[in-house]
Amino acid sequence: MLLYDTRYRSATIQVIALIGFMLLAAWIITNTIQNLEALGKPVEFGFFGEPASYDINQRLLEYDSRDSHLRAAFIGLLNTLVVAVLGCITATIIGVFVGVLRLSNNWLVARIMTVYVEMFRNVPVLLWIVLAMAILIESLPAPRAFRGDNPTATMDFFNSVAVTNRGVYVPEFLFSRSLGDIHFFGTSSLRFDVSLDLIAVLVVLGGSIFAMRKVSAWATAAQESTGDRPTIWHINLAILFVPMIVLLGALGFHLGYPELKGFNFTGGTHMRNSLIALWLALSLYTAAFIAEIVRAGIMAISKGQTEAASALGLRPGRTMRLVILPQALRVIIPPMISNYLNLTKNSSLAIAVGYMDITGTLGGITMNQTGRELECVLLLMLVYLAISLSISAVMNWYNNRVKLVER
Amino acid sequence: MKKSVILGVATIAGLAAGAAAAGTVDDVKARGKLNCGVATGVPGFASPDANGEWQGFDVAVCRAVAAAVLDDPSAVEFIPTTGKTRFTALASGEIDMLARNTTWTFSRDVDLKFEFVGINYYDGQGFMVPKALGVSSAKELDGATVCIQTGTTTELNLADFFRINNMSYEPVPIETNAEAQQQYLAGACDVYTTDASGLAATRATFENAGDHVILPEIISKEPLGPLVRHGDHEWGDVVRWTLNALIAAEEMGVTSANIDEMSAGTDNPEVNRLLGSEGTLGEMLGLDATWAQRAIKAGGNYGEVFAKNIGEETPIGLARGLNAQWTDGGLLYSPPFR
Amino acid sequence: MSDVSFVRKEMLPEKAPPASEVGVLGWIRHNLFSSWLNSILTLISLFFIYYVLSNILSWTFESVWNANSLSECREIMMATWGDTHGHACWGVIKDRWLQLLYGFYPPYPAHPDATWSNPPETGSWPAYFRPNLTFVLLLVAIAPVLFPKAPRKLLYVTAAYPFLLPWLMWGGSIWGPLMVAAGFVIGYIAYKLVISAVGSLTALILAIVLPLLWWLFAAGPVAGAINSAIPLGIEPVQSRDFGGFMLAILLGVVAIGVSLPIGIVLALGRQSDLLIVKYLCVGFIEFIRGVPLITLLFVASLLLNLFLPPGTNFDIILRVMIMMTLFSAAYMAEVIRGGLAALPRGQYEGADSLGLNYWQAQRLIIMPQALKISIPGIVSTFIGIFKDTTLVSIIGLFDVIGLTNGIRADTAWNGVYWELFAFIGVLFFVVCFSMSRYSMYLERKLQTGHR
Repeated sequence: MLLYDTRYRSATIQVIALIGFMLLAAWIITNTIQNLEALGKPVEFGFFGEPASYDINQRLLEYDSRDSHLRAAFIGLLNTLVVAVLGCITATIIGVFVGVLRLSNNWLVARIMTVYVEMFRNVPVLLWIVLAMAILIESLPAPRAFRGDNPTATMDFFNSVAVTNRGVYVPEFLFSRSLGDIHFFGTSSLRFDVSLDLIAVLVVLGGSIFAMRKVSAWATAAQESTGDRPTIWHINLAILFVPMIVLLGALGFHLGYPELKGFNFTGGTHMRNSLIALWLALSLYTAAFIAEIVRAGIMAISKGQTEAASALGLRPGRTMRLVILPQALRVIIPPMISNYLNLTKNSSLAIAVGYMDITGTLGGITMNQTGRELECVLLLMLVYLAISLSISAVMNWYNNRVKLVER
Repeated sequence: MKKSVILGVATIAGLAAGAAAAGTVDDVKARGKLNCGVATGVPGFASPDANGEWQGFDVAVCRAVAAAVLDDPSAVEFIPTTGKTRFTALASGEIDMLARNTTWTFSRDVDLKFEFVGINYYDGQGFMVPKALGVSSAKELDGATVCIQTGTTTELNLADFFRINNMSYEPVPIETNAEAQQQYLAGACDVYTTDASGLAATRATFENAGDHVILPEIISKEPLGPLVRHGDHEWGDVVRWTLNALIAAEEMGVTSANIDEMSAGTDNPEVNRLLGSEGTLGEMLGLDATWAQRAIKAGGNYGEVFAKNIGEETPIGLARGLNAQWTDGGLLYSPPFR
Repeated sequence: MSDVSFVRKEMLPEKAPPASEVGVLGWIRHNLFSSWLNSILTLISLFFIYYVLSNILSWTFESVWNANSLSECREIMMATWGDTHGHACWGVIKDRWLQLLYGFYPPYPAHPDATWSNPPETGSWPAYFRPNLTFVLLLVAIAPVLFPKAPRKLLYVTAAYPFLLPWLMWGGSIWGPLMVAAGFVIGYIAYKLVISAVGSLTALILAIVLPLLWWLFAAGPVAGAINSAIPLGIEPVQSRDFGGFMLAILLGVVAIGVSLPIGIVLALGRQSDLLIVKYLCVGFIEFIRGVPLITLLFVASLLLNLFLPPGTNFDIILRVMIMMTLFSAAYMAEVIRGGLAALPRGQYEGADSLGLNYWQAQRLIIMPQALKISIPGIVSTFIGIFKDTTLVSIIGLFDVIGLTNGIRADTAWNGVYWELFAFIGVLFFVVCFSMSRYSMYLERKLQTGHR
C-alpha cells in the first residue's frame, strides 16, 4: 500500500489532504449555490454600480449620495486607512513614552503608567471606543456654546481652532491663485484629484532638501581638505525657506479659518468626533500593549550597556536614545507588527461610534440596503486581508533591514 | 430539539440538524414555540424587562400569533435582531416571523423575497430639534448636523429630502436609539431624525421633554408591519389574519374585558364568525375555531395593545393619529371576516 | 612620657543616617524628588490623581441606590443634593445586575415561571445553580493544568468537563453527552485492538473514522433509544437565553477549549515537511489572522447557514461559537508554534534516537513540553478572546454590551449611561487583570525552570 512505502507516504498523505480540502470546498460552494438559488439571490456584483443613496460625513474625496456603492466603499476604505495610519503613529509615540516612563525612577510616575497600562489592557477595546466617544460628547462644548454675546466657550489658538463636541475645526490651507487639480480615473468610482499646489509645494520642498544635502556635502569636503568647517546653517535656512515663501506667495497662500455660521462651524478642516474618538481609543488601547513590548525590550538589554554608556559620560536621556532604544528596537519590532495589525483590524469597530469606515459603508449601509450579504462580507474580508498582508509585508521588510546581521 | 443539543455538543451540527419541513405552521406547532424576531431594544415597541420578559407593541403581535397557533401567548422565543441581521434571520428560517418595526418597501417585498402581511403601525420619518434653536420647519435645517439611526431606510430618506430641497447637512450615523439620544442631548447634533413614533418615545423620556419639539414635516411613509418568508402562504395567512383579527376586534368593540361574554354568541354575525361561534374560519386557516379569541385575549384588541404599550397613558405617549380605525379617520382597515 | 595617649577601647556606635536619607522622608526624596525634573513630574502626577479621583469618587459614592427608574433617581438627587449631575444612579445596576451577569438564563429552569424575586416554593436548586456550578467546575477542571500543586485526581474532572459543560448549560438528556464521550472510548478501543494486527497508521485512521461514523449516524438514535428507556436529564435551556457576562465567559471558554486541539494540529501542520499540508495550514492561519473578528461574526450571523446544506439551521450562539473557535484556533496555532520553536533541537533528536515515530515523539516528548511553555501565551490568547466576545453585541446578541441597549430601551432606564459601562468595565477588568497576573506569575516560574 502506498501509505507504508516511505518513498510514497508523504506524497500520498498530501494528495489525500488536498482531495479532502477540495471536497470540503466543493461541498461548501455547492451548498451556497443551492441556498442562494432557493433564496433567489444569485451572486452578482451589479449592485455596486447603483447609486448608494446615502451620505458619508467624514471623507477624503468628494462624494455625494448619487455616487455608486463602489465609490462609497472606496471612501470607506480610505477612512479605514486614515484611522489606521493615525492610530499606529500615535500608539507608537504614546507606547514608547509610557514604556520608558514605566521604568522611571520616579515611583509615582511609574505607578501611574502601570495603572494606565493595566486599565487599558484589561478592558475590551469596544468599551473604550464607546467611552471615548461619550467623554468627547459630554465634556466638550456644543457649537451653540460659542454663539451669543457672552459665549460659554471660545476658540483656541488665536481664534483659529474650534474644539467642539462635533469634532475639531482647524484652519485649512487655501491658495487664491491655485494651479488647479489633476483628475485621475475620469468619472469612475475610483476617481480622485491631486492638487497641483500640493505637488508644487512637495517638489520645492524636495528640491530644497536636496540642495541642503549638497551644501552639507560641500561643507564636509571643505572640512576634510582644510580642517575648518564653513558655517552653513544660515545657507541651509535660506535654502529651506526662501523658495518656499516665494512659492507660497506666488500661489496666494492663506489660511481658511473656521467660522460659526448657522448651525455649525464652516470653513477650515473638520475632523469629526467619531474619528477622534476612534483614533484616541485605538491608540490608547494599543499603546498600552506597545508600552509593555517596549518595556520588555528595554529590560532585555543587558545592564552592562547602560553602565558602559554612563562610563562614557552619557546622560540618562542620551543613554536611552543612543544606546538602549536602538538595540531594543530589534526585540521590539516583531511584536509591534502584530499590534499594528490588531489596531487596523480593531478599527473595524468604527461602526460603534458611527465613523464610516469600510465596515460602516460596504459592510454596513450598503449591505443593509442591497441585501447582498455574501458579496459584501466576502469583499470586506478580502479588503482587510489585503491591508493586513501589506502591513506585514512592509513591516517584515523593515524588520529584516534593521535586524542584526549575525555571522 | 434534544437532537440539536447533542449535535451542539459535538460541534458537528449542520450535518444533520433538523431540516425545515414543508409548512411553517406545522413547524411551529411541532416545536411548541414561535420564533419571533424583534428589535434589540426600541422603547415601547420591544424591550426586555428586569425578568427578561419582552414587552412592547411589536412583541404583542408575536404573542397574539403564538396564542392563536399554540394557545399560549408565552410560547414565544424572542430573537433580538439588528438592522443587519433581521432579513437573514428570517430568510434562513431562524425566525418564523419578523415583528421589528420594518418598513414595507418594494425591494424588500420583491427583491429580498419577503411577504409583508399587513401594517401594524403607520409611521413616517420626522425631525426633533431643541426649542432653543428656534427652528419651526425642516426646511430651515440647511447646514445642520443630523443624528440618524443606521440600518434603516432613514438615511436614504434623509439624503433624498436634503437633496430635493437643495440643502446641505452632516449625517451622524448611529447604531442604536440609546446612543443617538445621548448625542442629541449633548448637542453633538442639532437634529435627531427617525420614525416619528421613535422620536415621540425618545422625547418622552427626556429630563426636560418640553425643551424639544418635533417638527411638523413628515418626510417619508414608513408603513411598519410584520413579515414572513415568501412562498409559505398558509403561514402568511395565519399571521395576516391574526393581525387583522386584532384590528377588527377593536372596530367591532370586542375587548379583552367582554370577549368571554361575546364569544358565547352575539347578534352581530361578523363578531360571531371572528370569535368562532359561527362559521368555520378557524378551520380554513388550519387552526381551531377559537383562534381569534385567544389572539385577542393575549393582550387585548389593537386599541388595547396600543394603549398599553405606546398610548397616551404610557410614558411613550403616542396619539393614535393615522393609526386610528378608519371609522375614526385613521388608516386601520381590516378586511371583513367573512 | 606622658599618659595623654588615647586609645579607643571600643567602637563608636553607628550614627543614624541623616533623616533626609531614610524612612518615609528618604524614600520620598529618592523616589519622588530626586531631581528638579522628577519633582515637576511628581507634582503634575499628584495634581492629575487628585483631579481624577475627586471627580470619580464623588460621582461613585454620592449616588442613589434605591430607585426603580431614572426619573425616580433624578427626583432623589434633586431632593438630596439639589442637582442631578455628578451623581451615579446605581439603581439600574441594582435592578438589572442579574440580567447583566446571566442574561435571560432562567434562574430555576425546572420552574419556567419562577423568577429571581419570585422563587418556586419547594423542590428546586438555588437560583442560577447550573451556570454557577458550571463555573465552579470550570475552576476545578483547570486547576490541575494551571497549578502544579493541585491534586492530580482532579484531572478526571478535567477530562469529564467538556461533556459536563454543555449538559449543565443546555440541559436535556444526559445520554447525549455520554454518547459523544462514548465516541472517544470507541476510538481508543479500536486503536488498542487493531494496532497489533494492522500497524499504527491504519489503527490511527480507524481510531478517527470509527468515532466520526458513530457520532454522525449512531450516537443520536442510540442516545434517543436509551433516553426513552431510562429518561435521565435536566430541564433543557435554549441557547438564545444565554447572555450577559455569562455568555462572554462561555464563548471564551468554548472557543479556547475547542480550539486547543485544532490549534495543535494547525501548528504541527505549519511545521510539517509536507508542502501541501503546510500551505493549507498557513493559508488558514493567515486568513483568519488577517481579517477582523467582526467580519467573522458577520459570517456567523449572515453567511454560515448559506454554506451548509439547504434546510440546515442552528441557532446563532452555536454559529458564533463555531466562528470564534476558528478565530482562536488560528491564534492558538501561532502560540503553540512559538512553544514548539522554543524547544531545544536536542529534544527532537533525543526522541529520534530513542526510535520513537513522529506521533510517539509528539505525544510523549514534544507536546508536553511545548504546551507547558505555551500556557502563558494561551492565557493571553484567552484574555484577548474573552475581551473580543463583546463584539457579538454588534450582531445583536445580548452579551453585556448588547444588554445595555436592551436596558436603555426600557422606558424606566432610558438615558442611563455611565453606570452601566462602569459596571461592565469593572467586571472585565477584574477577570482579565487576575488572569494576566496569573500568566505573568507563570511566565516567571517557567523562566527559572528552564534556565
